[in-house]
Amino acid sequence: MSLLRSITAATLAKDIRLEWRSRDAINSMLFFSLLVVVIFSFAFDPNAEESREIAGGLIWVAFLFAAVVALNQTWARELRNQVLDAYRVSPAPATALFVAKALGNFLLVSLLEALMAPLFMIFYNLRPLGPAWQLIPVAILGTWALVVNGTFFAAMSLRTRSREIMLPLLLFPISIPAIQSMVEATRVVLSGDGSARFWIVLLLTYDVVFTTACLALFETILQAE
Amino acid sequence: MKKAFPILAVLTALLLAYGTYQALVVAPTERTMGDVQRIFYYHVPSAWTAFLLFSLNFLASLQYLSGAKPSAKRVINWAVIAIAVVGAIAPYIPMVQKQLPEGLYPSSVATTAIMIAVLYFLIGKFFTERSLDVLAVTTAEVGVVFCSIVLITGPLWARPVWGIWWTWDLRLTLTLVLWLIYVSYLVLRRFSDSAQTPKLAAVLAIFGALDVPLVYFSIWFFRTQHPQPVIGGGGSIDPRMLHILLLNWLAFSCLAFLVCWLRYGLEIMQRDVHEAQALEALLGDEGLPQTSARGTSPLNKTPSRMGPA
Repeated sequence: MSLLRSITAATLAKDIRLEWRSRDAINSMLFFSLLVVVIFSFAFDPNAEESREIAGGLIWVAFLFAAVVALNQTWARELRNQVLDAYRVSPAPATALFVAKALGNFLLVSLLEALMAPLFMIFYNLRPLGPAWQLIPVAILGTWALVVNGTFFAAMSLRTRSREIMLPLLLFPISIPAIQSMVEATRVVLSGDGSARFWIVLLLTYDVVFTTACLALFETILQAE
Repeated sequence: MKKAFPILAVLTALLLAYGTYQALVVAPTERTMGDVQRIFYYHVPSAWTAFLLFSLNFLASLQYLSGAKPSAKRVINWAVIAIAVVGAIAPYIPMVQKQLPEGLYPSSVATTAIMIAVLYFLIGKFFTERSLDVLAVTTAEVGVVFCSIVLITGPLWARPVWGIWWTWDLRLTLTLVLWLIYVSYLVLRRFSDSAQTPKLAAVLAIFGALDVPLVYFSIWFFRTQHPQPVIGGGGSIDPRMLHILLLNWLAFSCLAFLVCWLRYGLEIMQRDVHEAQALEALLGDEGLPQTSARGTSPLNKTPSRMGPA
C-alpha cells in the first residue's frame, strides 16, 4: 500500500513539475476553452433569458473539449525515451501509474474550470437561482468522470493509428450519461427549478463504476503491446 | 458443416419470404395506424436480433478477458452465477417488484438473467481464446447492421404515427447510444493494428456494457413515448400479429446467424492468411519451399475449416 502511494506521489510530482515548467497543456486548454466560449456567444444570444437554460450545456462541452486536449498529452510524453516500456518491466503496480495520471489530469482540468467558470459567469450574465454550493460536487464528480475514463482511453488509443482522433471517438459515447448528468445538474442549479440530487447521485455511481473498471483493467491495457 | 450451410440458407430464404408474405398480406391492418404499422414486423425482430448480438459480443469479450488469468476467471465465473441467482430471485421480491418499470414482468427479468449466465458458460465451453475474439468481431459487426435497421425503420414509422421523426425517448436514446458505442468499438478495431487489438476491443466492450445501465437511468425519468414491449411486457397485441412477429423474428435470427457464420469463416480465413504472410516474410525466400513442403502454411491448405466458403 505504501509502495503504491509512494509511486503515485512520485509520478504525480514529476508530472506537475513538468507541467509547471512547460505550461504547455494548461495554456493550450485555457486558450482553447476561451475560444469556445467566444464562439458560442456568437452562435447563441448570450443575453437572452434562455442563456440560463443552455449555459450548463455550453460550459461542460467547452470543458470536455478542453479536457481532451490535456488527455491527449498525458501518455505522449511517456512514449519518448521508452518510459512506458521501462515502467512495464518494473515491478511497480500499474494502478499506481494510472492513479497518478488521472489525479494529474484532474488537477489540471479543475484548475482550468476554476479559471474559466468566472469568465463564463461574466460573458453569459449568469446568476444561479438555485443552491449554488451544489455546483461544487457536480464539478468535482463531473471532472473526475471525464478524467478517469479519458486517462484510460488515452492509454488505450496509444496503440492505435491517429491516436489524437481516437480518444474522443472512444471517450464521448461512454461519457454520454456523465455529460447528461453534469449538464442537467448545472441547468437545474442555474435556473432554480427542481433538485440536482438525482444527477449528483447518478454522477457518483458513474464515478464509482468506472473508477473500479479502470483500476481493474488498466494493467491489461498497459501490458498490451 | 459445409453441407448444413446451403440447407440453412435455403431455409432462411423461405422463412424470410413467408414472413414477408404474412406481414404484408395476411396480417390484419392495425385499427388506428393503418398499413404503416406493418413496419413493426421488421423493426422489432431487428431490434431483438441486434440486442442478442450485442449481448453475445459482451459475453465473448468477458470470456476473452477472463481467459488471461485463472484467478480472474474464477472471480468472473462466480460473479456471473451470483448475478444470475440475484436476477432470478430479486424480481419476485415485492419491494423490488414495485421498482420495476411499468409493463415489465418479473418473469422476463428472471429469464434474461438466467439466459445470460447460460450463454456465458456455453460460449466459454465451445470457443477457444482465438475464436472468442473472432466471435466478438462478427457479432459486433452484424449487430451494428441490425441496429442500423432499427434506427432507420423506427423514424419511418414514427413520422406518420407520432408526427415526428425522432424523440429523445428512453428506448430510442438507449438504442442510439448502444449503436454509437458499437460503432466506436468497430472504429477502434479498424484503427488498431497491433496484435493486442482483441484485448483493447474486449476492454471497450466491457466499458460499453457498464455504460448501458447508466444511460438507462439517466434517461429514466423522462416520460417514455415508445409503445410498451409486446413480449414480457405490458403491451397488448392481437394473437395473429404476435404469431407473425415471432415468425419474422425466427427468420431474422436465421438470417443473422447465417451472416455471422459467413463473416466468422471469412475472419478466420483472413487471419490464417495474415499469419501465413507474416511467417513467410519472416522466413524469407529460402524459407518458403520448406513451409509449403511441410504443409504448415495455411496459404497452401485446401479450405477445409473455412466453413461455408
